[in-house]
Formats: sequence, structure tokens, C-alpha cells
Amino acid sequence: MLVPPIMILGGLGLLFGGGLYFFSRLFHVEQDPRLEEILSALPGANCGACGFPGCSGLASALLEGKAEASACLVGGEEVALRIAKILGVEVKVREKQVAVLRCRGSVVERRFDYTGIKTCMAAHALAGGDLACPWGCLRYGDCVLACPFGAIKMIGGFPWVDEAKCTGCGNCVKACPRGLFILELLQKTVHVLCRSREKAKDVLKVCKVGCIACGKCVEACKFNAIHVNNYIAEIDYEKCTSCGACAKVCPTHAILNFRGERKERGILPSPKRNTKESVLSQTSEGME
Amino acid sequence: MKRTFRKGGIHPPEHKELTEWKAIEVLPPPPLLYIPLSQHTGAPASLKVSPGDSVAMGALIGEASGYVSANVHASVSGKVKEIVKRQNHLGAFTDYVVIENDGRDLWAEGRNSSRAYEHLTPDEIRNIIFEAGIVGMGGAAFPTHVKLNPPKEKKIDALIINGSECEPYLTCDHRLMIEKASNVATGILLLKKALGVDKVIIGIEENKFDAYSKMRAIFLSDPSVSVVLLKVKYPEGAEKQLISALLNREVPSGGLPMDVGVVVQNVGTAYATYEAVVMGRPLVERVVTVSGDGVKKKGNYLIRIGTPIQYILEACGVEDGIKKIIMGGPMMGVAISDKMLPVVKGTSGILVMKGAASYEERECVRCGRCIDACPMGLEPTAIARAVKNCEREAYIDLHPMDCMECGSCAYVCPARIELVQYIKQAKLEVIKARQKN
Repeated sequence: MLVPPIMILGGLGLLFGGGLYFFSRLFHVEQDPRLEEILSALPGANCGACGFPGCSGLASALLEGKAEASACLVGGEEVALRIAKILGVEVKVREKQVAVLRCRGSVVERRFDYTGIKTCMAAHALAGGDLACPWGCLRYGDCVLACPFGAIKMIGGFPWVDEAKCTGCGNCVKACPRGLFILELLQKTVHVLCRSREKAKDVLKVCKVGCIACGKCVEACKFNAIHVNNYIAEIDYEKCTSCGACAKVCPTHAILNFRGERKERGILPSPKRNTKESVLSQTSEGME
Repeated sequence: MKRTFRKGGIHPPEHKELTEWKAIEVLPPPPLLYIPLSQHTGAPASLKVSPGDSVAMGALIGEASGYVSANVHASVSGKVKEIVKRQNHLGAFTDYVVIENDGRDLWAEGRNSSRAYEHLTPDEIRNIIFEAGIVGMGGAAFPTHVKLNPPKEKKIDALIINGSECEPYLTCDHRLMIEKASNVATGILLLKKALGVDKVIIGIEENKFDAYSKMRAIFLSDPSVSVVLLKVKYPEGAEKQLISALLNREVPSGGLPMDVGVVVQNVGTAYATYEAVVMGRPLVERVVTVSGDGVKKKGNYLIRIGTPIQYILEACGVEDGIKKIIMGGPMMGVAISDKMLPVVKGTSGILVMKGAASYEERECVRCGRCIDACPMGLEPTAIARAVKNCEREAYIDLHPMDCMECGSCAYVCPARIELVQYIKQAKLEVIKARQKN
């Protein structure tokens, strides 16, 4: 009694198995073995900072030669060197960039009761936002949501960038409706933490630590790297040496030097940088 | 059967009885006027005066800086005090010309003189309308001369005059149609001539039957103009809904009324056209409905452009404990935070509310009422969900750009979800993505 069902099921199994084997041979897709390797070298956050759709998109672009080996902003030099090794190409290592929020968040006063949805973008679209300062951080945390690496946290209702975790992907720069974030090299430690284009009188009405465009920083700078345009001091990072002279003279403390803070946390690269070769040997040791 | 648009729509309480029977009163101009250079859709006007200049009423103070732009005129005679940069009601920084009123209302040379209008050519009418800085008076403030000059390849066969005034509370168009019926009618005929069409349809909602019978009586002998009574439904005054109601044509997604051969103009615009072409007065004043439970003297007032809302509220008297001031109608208007904001060309109403309901947003219960209410056939709840979940790819398929922000979905939502705001955010994201590409 059991023989016919076994025969039928067994036969069907063989038939389908054979069919699967045959068709997988027939429609076989040749895949570069390096694709898997590159994918495993990439961080896998799919943040899109490289401009390609996710890490797999970048991996295939790398294989096709459409992207530089250092295209992954997030991975930094470690990933770049690994990818360069896999592809067998030269690489110019990018230096680490971090996002800086250019607002000190001293304004808490609101112009009106905002009852709409709690996102910066929506609040900003309604009459320019409820914050008393029309340029400052709205504190609804679009940047926190946008950060794929959990590097931005709300501390006391104000976003704080954890520079150790920040990979410089730039998603927060895109998310902030007021354009308060800037991506700069980690070594550039001096920043103007204000974007207010108001005159001094109007700034001081709402904020004690805003830029009042007094121009003291311009005088203090020996490198002609800071200028006041549209009532806001702006640093030319090409020329800036992060000496911190402007931060010292700023009467409202709108310019800050992060050097001490970054050194303390041990995230500032030492002036004597490792050579590329030594990093490469370190990382390859680490891999093995 | 009376006509209306097909998809969606709501019936909010009208509250038009508060000001419906109040005749238009002239509000004397204030001592200081703030006239913004950007009151219209398109490029802001470029400044033509400097502080210290004396200006006459109707003098050009801002010149249209491009094709889609409009002239701005001084609405009183006096002296330019200063030019200030301030946020307008939408939050954008705009230049305001502050004019000190000398109280004499002296018209500039060549203005305020009536002209023989019967033999004007369409081009001349368009030019006068452009000169006078006329924009759509229904609220969107799109420059009228642009609408009247459609590209050659678009065949326009009908002009629709929007007298539906579907927003609750607002009665300024209603009063215009009753009190200035013949002037509005002249304006309509001028618009018709400028556009070169032989079919005009005036759509009026049935809650304004007196206005309907007045307009009908005027155009009884003119077979090219038909006056149509519409069922009351919000948002009937939206261009696309009005076209659907009157002509049963559907404007394609992302298209304009001219794509289906129609141009829509507001009753207020027709009146402004009459004022400009026949009386030679540029757009310096408009009828504004001042209403709401927080106002003592509710009514329809003829107000100079640039009059600060603070001044209007002082003149009309406000009760204690007002919570909210809305510029425009309650559905599509904007709540304002700064009482010094002035009346602009597109301001149809100022509503002062004693109560400001604030609800906590709950989870969507999937009832689908927003989908039923949406006059554009969108799925507001799906768009809101996509925004909440940051699914930027999903936006495009849900067509948030077709939304006109009428607020019907948020009005019916039992979970009190701020659907319009979510859709607005989706729109911003779509615009951002488009700019990148």
C-alpha cells in the first residue's frame, strides 16, 4: 500500500530537483566575487551619503569604476583602504568630517503656541517657526531622526552631536530646515555657532549668545579667514587655522573653539598622523 | 438638480450670518501703513522709492520684476518713513515700505480719472490690469495679467467667474456682488474681452441667492454669460472643483485650468478690474470680512492695502481673551502671531477667535473618512503615514503635490491627525527632491 505514494512523491522530488538544477545552470548569473567582499567591508548603514542607493549600490558602482574607493564618507580611511586593497587601486584618503550645529540653543522663548505636528520642517513652514529667533534651532529633532548612526541626541531638549559617533554622512545637513548644520573637518575646531542675519539689537532681544556682527573677530584674525556679511560672521575654512583668536575676543561667545573638548574626548587626531602604510598594515592585521 | 463637484467635499458650519447683512463700510486709513513688496505669487516687486520720498496715493512704489510678478502702489498719500525687512504671515522675509499717512488721500497724476473703456483692445485692457497690479483676490494672489495671457497653444473657450465663496465666515465677495453688482458685471465683461472668449459662467453658491438673482438680472439679456446656482459644499471655490462643477471637466494632475481651456477669476478680481480700467484706480484697497466671536463690530470693511491688523482690531473692537487671529478663511487661512502684519491684496478675511481648540493627535483608526472627503481623490492618511515613517519614495505615488491644502481631511478626521500639515511636509520633501535632480 505504501509503495505507490513513495514512488509518486519520490519521483516528483527527483523531477523538480532536476528541473531546479537545470534551470539554475541555464540562467546562471556571473557575479564578481569581489562584490561580496566589498559589501562586507562597507559599514552597511545604507545611509545614502555616498549618493548611491545604499551600500550595495555603492558596491556595484565601485566595481564598475563609477565611484572612488574613498566614496564611503562614513567608513572613513579604514574602509577606503580595505576597498582599495580589494580593488587593487590607489586611494586618496579623506579626512574625517563631523557635523556641527551652528546654534547655541539659548533661545527658548516661543512667539506663539504651536499646536501642529512636532517636526522642525512643519514648524518652520508655518509662519517661519514658533521660535523667537527666526534662525535658531527649533528643537523638534528632525536631525535626531535623520541620523542613521545615533550620533545626535536630544540633551535637555537641544540636539547634541556626538562627534565620536558622527561619520559625516550629511543627513542632518539635509534634514535641518534652517540649514544649521555644517560638515567640516574634525581638525577645524573653531566655529561660529549662530546663523542669525538680524541686526545686533534684534539678536540681543531674544538671544544672549548670538552673533551681533560686531566685527571684533575680523580684527583678531591674522589669516583673513573670518568675515562679517549680512550681519553674521562666517569662517572661510580654507584659510582658517583653528588658532582660536576669534573665539577669545567674541563678546557674546557665539564663536567657540572645540579643541579642548575634542582633545579631552580623544577624538581629535594627533598632529603627527599615521602614514597610510601603517594604517593599512594595522587594518589588515585587524582583519586577520 | 443643482450642480456641484463630484469627489469629496465637506459641510462645515457657515457662520456667514454674522456679516452677511452688513453693508460694506469704509475703514479710514491708519496713520502708518506697512506695504509689503511681495503680496503675490511670483517674484517680489522691486523697490521704487526710498525713505523720505513723498508719495501720492496710487503712485508706484514697487515695480513688477519679471513676468510672474505684480506692481505695488502706495495706498495713501504721504511720506515714505522707512523700508523694513520683516517676516510676512508665511514666515518669509519681505521688504515692507512704511508710509506715513498725511490724511489727504491725494491721488497721483493720471490716477482716479474715469476713462472710456468701450473701445479698448484686449491688449490695452491687459496692460491696464498689469499696471494696476491686480492679482487673484480669492487668496492665492496669482498675477491676473498672466492668467489673462495664456500661451498660444492653449485654446481657451470659457471664463469662469468664482462667486462661490465657500469658506465659512467670509462674506466679502457676497457683499460685493450685491452692492457693486453693476461694477462687478462691467469688470466681468472687461475680463471676457481681455481673454477673447465668448462663454462666461458665473458660479454662485445657493446660500447667496440674493447675489445670484442680482447677477442673473444683469446678465438676463446676454446669452454669452450664464449665471449658475451651485449646491453649498466646501471647497467649491477652488479652481479645479469649480471647473468640475460647472463644466464637468477634470484638470489633469499637475496641470492648470488652462489645460482644459478654462480661466477662473474671482468676483473680487472682476471688481478690481473695473476699478482699474474704468475708474483708473490701481489696486490700493479691498473688501475684507472682519468676523469671529472675538470681534465686537463684525462686518465687511473696505480696507487700504497695508493697514496693520492691530489697527483694524482697534477700530472694530475685540473682546477679552482672544486666542487666535486668522488671516483668510478658517479652513485655508493662516493663524498669525504678529498683530502688526498688514492686510495684503490676497487677504479676504480677518477672523478673531476666542477659542482655540487644541487636540491631542491619536492613532489613525483606518476609517477612511479623509479619503471620502478629499476633493482631489488623494489618500491623506497614506501620505501622513509615509511622512511619519520617513518613506520618501512612497510620496511620489501618493501625489501630494495635487493637494491644495483645503483642510477637508483634517476637518473630518476623528483621530484629529493634522493631515494637511503632514501633506505640506510631504510637498516640501518632494520639492526638495525635485530641486536636487
